Amino acid sequence: MRIVVLVKEVPDTYGDRKLDLETGLAERTASEPVMDEIGERALEAAISHADANPGTEVVVLTVGPETAQKALHKGLSMGAMAAVHVLDAGLQGADVTLTAEVLAAAVRRTGFDLVIAGNTSTDGSGGVVPAMLAELLDVPHATGLTRIGITADAVNGTRAVDGGTFEVSTSLPAVASITEALPDGRLPNFKGIMAAKKKPLETMTLADLGIDAEDMSVGRSIMLTIYEKRAREAGKKIIDEGNAGEQLAKFLVDNKLA
Amino acid sequence: MTFPENSVLVLLETSPSGTIAKSADGLLGAAAKVGTPVALVVTSPGKAAKAAAVAGSLGAVYVLTVESLDVETSLTTPVVDALVAAAKQVRPVAVLAAHSLDSREVAARFAIRTGLGLALDAIDVDKDAEGIFARHSVYGGAYNVDSATTVGAPVITVRQGAIDAQAEARRPAVTPLEVTPSGKPSATITGYEEAIVETARPELRGASKVVSGGRGLGSKEGFALVDDLADALGAAIGASRAAVDAGYVAQRHQVGQTGVSVSPQLYVALGISGAIQHRAGMMTSKTIVAINKDADAPIFDVADFAVVGDLFTVVPQLIDALGARKK
Repeated sequence: MRIVVLVKEVPDTYGDRKLDLETGLAERTASEPVMDEIGERALEAAISHADANPGTEVVVLTVGPETAQKALHKGLSMGAMAAVHVLDAGLQGADVTLTAEVLAAAVRRTGFDLVIAGNTSTDGSGGVVPAMLAELLDVPHATGLTRIGITADAVNGTRAVDGGTFEVSTSLPAVASITEALPDGRLPNFKGIMAAKKKPLETMTLADLGIDAEDMSVGRSIMLTIYEKRAREAGKKIIDEGNAGEQLAKFLVDNKLA
Repeated sequence: MTFPENSVLVLLETSPSGTIAKSADGLLGAAAKVGTPVALVVTSPGKAAKAAAVAGSLGAVYVLTVESLDVETSLTTPVVDALVAAAKQVRPVAVLAAHSLDSREVAARFAIRTGLGLALDAIDVDKDAEGIFARHSVYGGAYNVDSATTVGAPVITVRQGAIDAQAEARRPAVTPLEVTPSGKPSATITGYEEAIVETARPELRGASKVVSGGRGLGSKEGFALVDDLADALGAAIGASRAAVDAGYVAQRHQVGQTGVSVSPQLYVALGISGAIQHRAGMMTSKTIVAINKDADAPIFDVADFAVVGDLFTVVPQLIDALGARKK
């Protein structure tokens, strides 16, 4: 079985994240790019299945600039067997639909029984790529899983929605996404890091995938305007000297909040 | 049946028991602001009439109903098929859906199938001479971005609780919609369990007041302080990821980047240091109050009223003082 895991380079949420007000694009130098944690969890789910089921091949796939290779190297160090990087200047500023089209083409070319992704990234937070990918690949999706079970020919899990939880299952091929309820990704060990250097990392361009990023017949989302909101300023700060609770009650009442 | 030229097709989400989701108010309110709201409700058999009446009371001028057994067993696909059929009839100027997991996945598959552009997680919807566009709040509220789509009607998912606008109640024209199943493969639903609402406390998403607790509460028992203050204020309960990871409270209460984004009138942070991931989910709150024993906690940088002190003395005194003022 071949499992393709989608990973993504994102700005580290521990740092300040900035958008360029001229272009509307992420300022990649503003904060350290890191592999999105949710992708590490998705990869962990795939690798732990592979650990228990010899003959399972795990491939990490990303779409992103050159720096995104770091995320792929980490994935290979964690235990993925191969990596695929879609790298093309034409993808700068790609919207979610184009990104899904590119991923679908790369997944199809790589070959897959199961695709596993995180439910939502920390930067875009759209949370629709897995469903779009499933539509493009013409396979079912089982997404937003807080528990995932993988067998030789099926995937099942628990899908948490606002009003309750669904149990879902589907035969393969399929696309799954998991939430942060799943375990953290393992830390790469020395052996893994050394082994990663010998593993295949394939780079693909839009031309390789037969995708025209400028195709105007398909609806794309475009940015019209962008503005930075004024940063929130700190207000009143008191140190409790025995009556802070009363002062706070007065503040809430005066502001009609209690 | 013909529909007005400015029809906005609104997908209303229903639970398996046929109840219309809370997101419906804001969706129909937004639709009425930019056009004529045409609602689509997809339910299991026998439940559409009631759902349609609710849709009217929330401002739908037209309601298209689909009753299908498939929605009970088949994930997402039956609703996508219904939305495709509805769009074909209505020819809307925009399609709106909630940004919940279920609805955004319907919108995503619908956008791919119809070749329309998708705008995600909008906090508002507006129009200009060029048509309807979406407004988004990104990077935890640090930037506002307006977006439009390039071809045809935009498909817009709307953040739950973000739009206050409400539409006038209507007596809607209700029409059953014929849907030809696409036969697209979908996952099978093998079980459903409705979440049990434990208390009469307001739901976190869309609450006007939120009291959140963090690692500073120290234990599951200590977290009861959050419950007490929430009840004194009539607030919903939130939590930082640290408190959730430590097992003080269930994950559905998590506020932040990977949890629920809230923008209440009042946000009270108890024992929360205020990591940027947490702030991202609450920075758009109107008034922020924070109590923490660490004077350098980053949460204080965004607080309108900050108290450096011990939660376990300040909060009980606050609850007493609020009680005394009510008398």
